[in-house]
Amino acid sequence: MVPLSYYLVLSGILFACGVTGFLIKRNIITIFMSIELMLNGVNLSFVAFAAHWQQLSGQVFVFFVMVVAAAEAAVGLAIIIAVFRTRETLNIDQVNLLKL
Amino acid sequence: MLHLILFSVFGLVCVAGAVNLLLQRHPINSALSLVVVMGALAVEYLLLGAEFVAAVQVIVYAGAIMVLFVFVIMLLNAGEEEHTHGSRVAWLLGLPGMLAVTVLICWGLIQDQTSSVRIGELPGHPADIAQLLFHQFLLPFEVTSILVLIAIMGAVVLAARPESVRETKREH
Repeated sequence: MVPLSYYLVLSGILFACGVTGFLIKRNIITIFMSIELMLNGVNLSFVAFAAHWQQLSGQVFVFFVMVVAAAEAAVGLAIIIAVFRTRETLNIDQVNLLKL
Repeated sequence: MLHLILFSVFGLVCVAGAVNLLLQRHPINSALSLVVVMGALAVEYLLLGAEFVAAVQVIVYAGAIMVLFVFVIMLLNAGEEEHTHGSRVAWLLGLPGMLAVTVLICWGLIQDQTSSVRIGELPGHPADIAQLLFHQFLLPFEVTSILVLIAIMGAVVLAARPESVRETKREH
């Protein structure tokens, strides 16, 4: 028996790590990985609540979150490749102009 | 008791991987620690009885998405990130603020000890999920297929080298 709150704390820690990485990292790919970490933290709380309320729809929503994350990863990495092609840097500090 | 031990071990692995992701300077090291986090999370899902979600986590997240990440890191030849000092205000206000909010949220959550989750209690059999997915959630499921199609086309359009860039590259 594990209290539901432990799962929620774990998911909160993962989400907080994701937010921290998003804010302190300078590499655009690592920032993107931090976003994935946040999505994973949210998924864990979805599954924990699904187990707590005995509702399977929580797991179905995790499935949808994963689909959206996969689509997001494909489009986001394509954008990163496009940014790297035009600016030849992955440092987010140097990507500060909309215009080339 | 066994459930608690397994939860703690894999929870610690999870948090260690997440912290390592923040500490590593090279993106490939961060990507590999993210794989560790996702693998440990799959075990946590199994502990909750969510077999289907655990399998999809390993296949989609630890498999497909992370392969995409590693592929892009190698394609772009990403090196170590340059060190930049953040603003001092961010360190002075942000760090204590973050710790305070973390303690507050954890304290608030741990107050409620009555509700707990038993090992493998959720009937997360893939057949039940399929029943739900293809009856109650049929429309969202079909919409996600359109979303994935759009994502594929968007990725191709964005990653394809535009004609004008090719021209300027040739001139150099």
